Amino acid sequence: MSDNDNGRRGFLATGATMAAGLGFVAIAPGIRLIEIAQARPAGEAASSAVRWGMLIDTTKCASGCDACVSACASENGIVEQVEDPAQRSHWIRKIDLKDKQSGREHSLPMMCQHCAEPPCVDVCPTGASMKRADGIVLVDRHICIGCRYCMMACPYKARSFVHEPLTEQNPEVPRGVGCVEACTLCVHRVDRGQLPACVEACPEGALLFGDLGDPNSEISRRIAQEATTQVRADLQLNPGVRYQGI
Amino acid sequence: MKRWAIPLVILTAWFAAAGTACAGDGLPKPNIVIENKDGQCVAPPEEMRRNHMEMLKHQRDLTLREGIRGSKVSLNGCIECHAGKKTGSVIGSDDSFCQTCHAYAAVKLDCWDCHQPKAGYKATGAKPHE
Repeated sequence: MSDNDNGRRGFLATGATMAAGLGFVAIAPGIRLIEIAQARPAGEAASSAVRWGMLIDTTKCASGCDACVSACASENGIVEQVEDPAQRSHWIRKIDLKDKQSGREHSLPMMCQHCAEPPCVDVCPTGASMKRADGIVLVDRHICIGCRYCMMACPYKARSFVHEPLTEQNPEVPRGVGCVEACTLCVHRVDRGQLPACVEACPEGALLFGDLGDPNSEISRRIAQEATTQVRADLQLNPGVRYQGI
Repeated sequence: MKRWAIPLVILTAWFAAAGTACAGDGLPKPNIVIENKDGQCVAPPEEMRRNHMEMLKHQRDLTLREGIRGSKVSLNGCIECHAGKKTGSVIGSDDSFCQTCHAYAAVKLDCWDCHQPKAGYKATGAKPHE
């Protein structure tokens, strides 16, 4: 199924031990824009040579800051007021962690991890949960029946269900009642060669977006040279979102 | 008279009556007004009337599942030309482009549960839950 699953993990382990110097890593945030700013031409399908991913440096992520959450909400039109907190849509949420022994605290954004082996896709009875060729995991709302199996299956609690009718959708981001939804990696922006809204909004430059399939992309270089973690790596889902400093 | 013939006679009579009603002005017609009519639709009206749902269905699968963008058929494209001036939308009143026909044909409109029916709509950018 997957073109880069478990082999990558061995590669990663070696990469992590290398922990190379940070010389060319500390590029200004703006420069990354140039690296990925290649909109696919009209009529061309997403390619499996690309695998979109994200590297999140939690050492830069401030505890009180939710710029990524706000940017996601306004970009994707998640503006409805839902009374019950349990029924609100969370495409991205901030989590504060504390190590009980050492007392070390840190904060990180958690969202759909865009797994190479997504359990949401495995369990979907209609085929609505799907992975695009370039690794972005999406819900096809045209055939989602709102059964919420995928929400049960996701170990990252990344998916939400829309309980009430919506009227303020962004024209480029359709979403509506009766369907499950999650982070789309801002697929509408990525397809035009832009960065996801959260990446662009982060004041610390803690989020790095790029092509994991290209060994020369900044994200691939950093993953090859620095210690990075996949959350719940034991599940062997090979998430496209990786963390540093957790 | 055989048992099956009775409903047949009734049905024939009913269809004949209905036929007379259709011929007159009694039957409500959809009120199709295209207010932003600059240029041409992506296909002739006859084809659009019959096949717009197939065209959109084909396009939506290509775009969502394969990531093919920039198709000439696009739901947002429909809205830009067909939104009415009164509501700024393709639904919302009996004169609205989508609604008038779909009410006439008694076909439920699901598109606008998820898609934004207003032309040139900009998301508010408000932050939820504050």
